[in-house]
Amino acid sequence: MIYFLCLVLFALGLFCILRKRNIIKIIIGVIISEYAVNLFFILVAYRMQGRAPIYAPNASIVNMVDVLPQALVLTSIIIGLSTTILLIGLAMKIYEKYHTFDITKIKELKG
Amino acid sequence: MILSTNLIPLFIIIPLACSFVIAIAGKRIKGFPEAMGVLATVCLLAISCISLKVVHVHQVLVYSVGAWKPPVGIALVMDGLTVFMLCTVNLIAFAISVYAIDYMRRYTAQWKFYTLFLLMLSGMNGVIVTGDIFNLYVFLEIASLASFALVAFGTERHELEAAFKYAVMSTLGSLFILFAIVLLYSFTSTLNMADIAAILVPKGKNNVILMVMVLFIMGFGLKAALVPFHAWLPDAHPSAPAPISAMLSGVLIKSLGIYALCRIFLNVIGFFPMVASIFMFLGALSMIVGVLLAIGQWDFKRLLAYHSISQIGYIVLGISLGTPLGILGGLFHLFNHSVFKSLLFLDSGAVDYATGTRDLQQMGGLAKKMPVTGATSFIASMSIAGIPPFNGFWSKFLIIFATVQSGHYGYAFLAVLASVLTLASFTKVMKYAFWGTLRDKWNGVKEVPILMKLPLILLASVCVIGGVLLIPVVRELFLNSAVRVLSEGSHYTATVMKAL
Repeated sequence: MIYFLCLVLFALGLFCILRKRNIIKIIIGVIISEYAVNLFFILVAYRMQGRAPIYAPNASIVNMVDVLPQALVLTSIIIGLSTTILLIGLAMKIYEKYHTFDITKIKELKG
Repeated sequence: MILSTNLIPLFIIIPLACSFVIAIAGKRIKGFPEAMGVLATVCLLAISCISLKVVHVHQVLVYSVGAWKPPVGIALVMDGLTVFMLCTVNLIAFAISVYAIDYMRRYTAQWKFYTLFLLMLSGMNGVIVTGDIFNLYVFLEIASLASFALVAFGTERHELEAAFKYAVMSTLGSLFILFAIVLLYSFTSTLNMADIAAILVPKGKNNVILMVMVLFIMGFGLKAALVPFHAWLPDAHPSAPAPISAMLSGVLIKSLGIYALCRIFLNVIGFFPMVASIFMFLGALSMIVGVLLAIGQWDFKRLLAYHSISQIGYIVLGISLGTPLGILGGLFHLFNHSVFKSLLFLDSGAVDYATGTRDLQQMGGLAKKMPVTGATSFIASMSIAGIPPFNGFWSKFLIIFATVQSGHYGYAFLAVLASVLTLASFTKVMKYAFWGTLRDKWNGVKEVPILMKLPLILLASVCVIGGVLLIPVVRELFLNSAVRVLSEGSHYTATVMKAL
């Protein structure tokens, strides 16, 4: 069920990218999809009633959540951050040149 | 053995380190960014040639990052295909870094250009050498991010629009790829590509793998600009500065798109007949649609960008046939296309540098004033159109021959048709731009400086003698080991595990 909600979130982001006309809303769509994928990654690693994967001298290694995806998601969040910064930088420059955020008005390339 | 294994991380370290050094010191010291850029690419080209020899002796080399043995740690793998791609990428990068010295003088802040250029190069080399699927994603993003910034380098209206479109589409592609990697990880509990292949083989085909394959096709299809996913390419590639257009069209879409696609589908997941027929269809579609859209273009660089889509179609068609001959044709065409498409983009840059226009209708008779540019464009045009004895002929001939041999007559016909249309479209380019009468306003046009001429001549001579690579002795060294890696499929696991 919760995996399904994750997919819904991803689809929502996709819808936002494909249907919205405002550049800022498109960027928000990209961010939403990114978060959906990251969330899915964390969910994959989760075990029911699992505990934090910390080694203690007397603790047994049962029912720990998977550590690796948590480390990977950190990387993926940083990549997402840099992509977002670049996109927003481009959006600012576009606003300087075109004085609009509407992509239907920013259409000089075609053919 | 230890010494040669240590060569592998250099492909990532050298460009990354040079890029940071340029970012720190390049602004203050004049000429430093150019010198470092050329030095780095020369070193990379030399190391690629050395590793060609090394791989011929050892077959497969594996480097464990931080001495953590795979499958726990990250592995960098160097086999025949890797070395083939490294040679292609670094050859083009060398030509471009020399060319950019003079070309980039019209822009401010050359140090930013070289920083981003080397960052992109390290991302591409990283994608090629890595043996870990999440690491592949990280390097993919490094290369993509640098390329977004480079497309927007001029910060004019068109460039920003194209860069934004490209950035959104490419990020979407990366998200699909990441999603597929997550699914694959949850299914196999490992990230090492050889290990994933070993676990997937006994499980066979099931719904998770189906979903993963669909996501990978969408993701890498977006990166490689196969036809339903191609919309960003004709905007992004022409908008970048000419050296970067050459880099993007010549090697970026191949190392990020085609190479990763081949590696994952042929070596890791396994090449199911259904997937092969999907790829063949997409390849043939790209081939025809790309060339049909290209014929009507009057913008020199935009025309070239559409031809990239078409030629990518040939490569995908050749490789997805799955026969050794088809793969040989596909890979050989990949190398040839890198060379002649980069050359054409550099030529368009040279014309732009001398005359300041990209519109074919404005040009005319430029071959009289710019003999080197004219001659190299002619060689590259004939090469892309598949006229013997240039290299494009041999690879197209191999692909068409392999298609007929495996009984796909329809696709073979389409390949021949696309080749004829390519010839028509490049005849148009030559006629309008370089032949015919010289217009009065171009009387003052001068040939480009020597440093821009040298890479043109280098790449043109590779085009002319490219057929030599098919001579058995040379082929054994360069192409055959790459073909063997792909045609052996999931045998990849065994060879990588053995090399540890």
